[in-house]
Amino acid sequence: MSGHSTYEPKNGFSRWLDARLPVGRLVWDSFVDYPTPRNLNYWWTFGGILSLCLGVQILTGVVLAMHYTASAAGAFTSVEHIMRDVNYGWLLRYTHANGASMFFIAVYIHMLRGLYYGSYKAPREVLWILGCVIYGLMMATAFMGYVLPWGQMSFHGAVVITNLLGAFPIVGDAITTLLWGGFAVDEPTLKRFFSLHYLLPFMIAGVVVLHVWALHVVGQNNPTGIDPKSKSDTLPFTPYATVKDGFAMSVFLILFAVFVFFMPNALGHSDNYIPANPLVTPTHIVPEWYFLPFYAILRAVPDKLMGVIAMFGAIVCIFALPWLDTSKVKSMRYRPQAKLYFFIFLVVCVILGFCGAKLPDDQVIPGLVTNITPLGSDLNSFVWLSRISTLYYFAYFLVVTPLLGLMEKPLPTPETISSPVLGGEHKD
Amino acid sequence: MHRKDLRAASVVAAFWKGDLKVAHTAADATNPVAGDDPSRRDFIHIAAITAAAGGGVAAIWPFVAQMNPSADTLALASVEYDLTKIEPAQQVVINWRGKPLFIRNRTTEQIAAAVKDDHAAMKDPQTDAERHKEGKPEWLILVGSCTHLGCVPTVGGGDYGGWFCPCHGSVYDTSGRIRKGPAPKNLVVPEYAFLSDTKVKIG
Amino acid sequence: MLRKVTLLAAALLLVGGPALANTTAHEPEPVAFSFEGPFGRFDQAQLQRGYKVYREVCSACHSMNLLAFRNLGDRGGPFYDPKYPNPNDNPVVKALATDIQVPDIDGETGDAITRPATPADHFPSPFPNVIAAKASNGGLAPPDLSLMAKAREGGPEYIASLLQGFGPPAHGVTLAPGQHYNKYFPGGIIGMAPPLSPDKVSFDDGTKSTVRQQADDVAAFLMWAAEPKMEERKEMGFSVLIFLVLFSGLLYASYRRVWRNESH
Repeated sequence: MSGHSTYEPKNGFSRWLDARLPVGRLVWDSFVDYPTPRNLNYWWTFGGILSLCLGVQILTGVVLAMHYTASAAGAFTSVEHIMRDVNYGWLLRYTHANGASMFFIAVYIHMLRGLYYGSYKAPREVLWILGCVIYGLMMATAFMGYVLPWGQMSFHGAVVITNLLGAFPIVGDAITTLLWGGFAVDEPTLKRFFSLHYLLPFMIAGVVVLHVWALHVVGQNNPTGIDPKSKSDTLPFTPYATVKDGFAMSVFLILFAVFVFFMPNALGHSDNYIPANPLVTPTHIVPEWYFLPFYAILRAVPDKLMGVIAMFGAIVCIFALPWLDTSKVKSMRYRPQAKLYFFIFLVVCVILGFCGAKLPDDQVIPGLVTNITPLGSDLNSFVWLSRISTLYYFAYFLVVTPLLGLMEKPLPTPETISSPVLGGEHKD
Repeated sequence: MHRKDLRAASVVAAFWKGDLKVAHTAADATNPVAGDDPSRRDFIHIAAITAAAGGGVAAIWPFVAQMNPSADTLALASVEYDLTKIEPAQQVVINWRGKPLFIRNRTTEQIAAAVKDDHAAMKDPQTDAERHKEGKPEWLILVGSCTHLGCVPTVGGGDYGGWFCPCHGSVYDTSGRIRKGPAPKNLVVPEYAFLSDTKVKIG
Repeated sequence: MLRKVTLLAAALLLVGGPALANTTAHEPEPVAFSFEGPFGRFDQAQLQRGYKVYREVCSACHSMNLLAFRNLGDRGGPFYDPKYPNPNDNPVVKALATDIQVPDIDGETGDAITRPATPADHFPSPFPNVIAAKASNGGLAPPDLSLMAKAREGGPEYIASLLQGFGPPAHGVTLAPGQHYNKYFPGGIIGMAPPLSPDKVSFDDGTKSTVRQQADDVAAFLMWAAEPKMEERKEMGFSVLIFLVLFSGLLYASYRRVWRNESH
């Protein structure tokens, strides 16, 4: 995707700077003149949306940190001080809290786009890995951020998740004690979580720079999965992609605003408005919605250590995807069987998320008692629904994806990007 | 090769934009990429960019405003005090906006001594009348922070019976004016008002 | 095929939906609060009555630490007066504050004293600390009410129902001394005795003081206490959404103009 730069500094200052630190040239080559496939659909706008989310979170976060107190005694009250006394504090807090959810909505759509169109396949493996690293950093940041208000859910969620690491034999207890800075989740844990929560987003920003760099080396994927072959296949990034990304960001902000201004607590949990009490456990410990599928996988496995391994394994599968997929065809537009399994995978992920919010032994179909109880739980229970769904989750990555590439017969792929676009071919 | 499609597309686009009256000639359609420069300053682009700028400024405002004092800080910005508790020749020190505040009930001798020196040579010339409310010369309300480097002056010390700052030896008279020592200005008189004869609101 | 899969997903979601959290408690009765919905606002008269119920009944056991007297005069609050944009100057607020004693340290002797509150003071706690609160209430400290309307599933409707939901224990439930039965409380057994009774609080505006009225009013007051910025939030939301919708329209037109000659 690299040709030589077409940047021409227009005035004296630009020429002077270009000879010393060519930032103008970098911006021109990467975001103005950069050749972008002309057939990108709206699923491709989520990269820009994610950058917007990162910017919003960092901006609101830095400003919130001016008023937040990172101590067990002061944290909860300081957040309420922000909500009640700080000018526009309520706006900043709700934006930051709902911004995290919006960030994850966008990242899941972005990842699912990658899955569907084969954007992780060669030569984009490093791009995909960097993306998974960003996702992992996001999860760590979000987890630590949720602990900071020091509500009941903050505290007990931290207890549950940090205790998971104690499942590892031999080193487990040493790891948890190191993480806690004490014998339980307490003041030292809160303070280090605050420090790391402030730090990690800047590391995310750094990996994002690498992510965009890796992208620009190999070029964007596109809905056909066929690489651009000539100049007529691409358009300059500005104004074509810029204005489309801008429009998509604006629509995204509408959804964001509906949450922040009209349903600010819909995605949260009411228990987190109760100050943390180590001696009282909430009846129903639930992580934030974006962790629910992994929480369901964790609880699906009856053994504690195997549950932890399964949960981390689920994330490792995402990392390993470029090497699991054997298909020669990138885009599922031309892989009808893969498309079907993908949509089932999507439904399974939603089901897993649902299961993560429920108590394991609650009935899926209310009132029905099957009296068949393998592994001690009735078949009509959320834990069994989780188990079946977890099975499909792993099967999708470890069985379906490798085999399907070898076995299916894909539809004929177009010659170039421009042929389906200008020939009016059926799209996905 | 695709002229028909491009012409059709441009007409459709024009329809959506509501400016079909603008002549989209075949020339426009046959000049796909090279001739028709889409980054030309069309009105719609200017409107969009202006709206973005306006929205951006409106969005930045809360980030700036949150640094202004919060409501609980502002609540302590004013303090009311009941003066009946202070005997003549007595001074009370209260905490106001994080700083000490002197409320002194001056005797007639102290007032007279201050007025006598109204035109004496001093670093920061002020008459005594400028430093108290009309009709209430006995009440002197000052910020208890030495104008040199901020130490709290002790009451009654120094040659004039006003205040003496132990840190570097500044001497204030019974009107709080700097008479000797390194301080450059008189002790600050804050904004205050009498709510009644016995109640004062500072700030 | 795709349609079948989507229908299956929808069916599963529908089935799972009603299976709510593990509670056998009654669902709270719906109340048509004035502040519900995107255009909802607080009813100032209701908030005033609600404050009276809190002050005369609830504050005997329940603290409300996060509220200061000046909040009563804030915009959207029970005693807001547009003549006094600074609530610290509001005479009604000042009077309500001086009615209540708050703990303080004597400036000269250092002894613990009580003095009349100023608008800057927070609502005082009925007990000096948690241990005293537990000791006076059978081992269970009455929770702080500042955020109660947001800290419980069902919010203000749950609170209003709870306050009216006391009754004889359900079949098979035995109560120890000091325990009471409430059909809306998860588990049914609550440590609080029924706090409201007809005409317990007389309302200055002449509203009939039924238990239901007191419960609805104090629930509305607690909602305001938990979310005092609600009106400001909804007003700003309205403006922001209008701007964003128009802005999106502008950007879409701009997008179509940019792409008008390019097929994609």
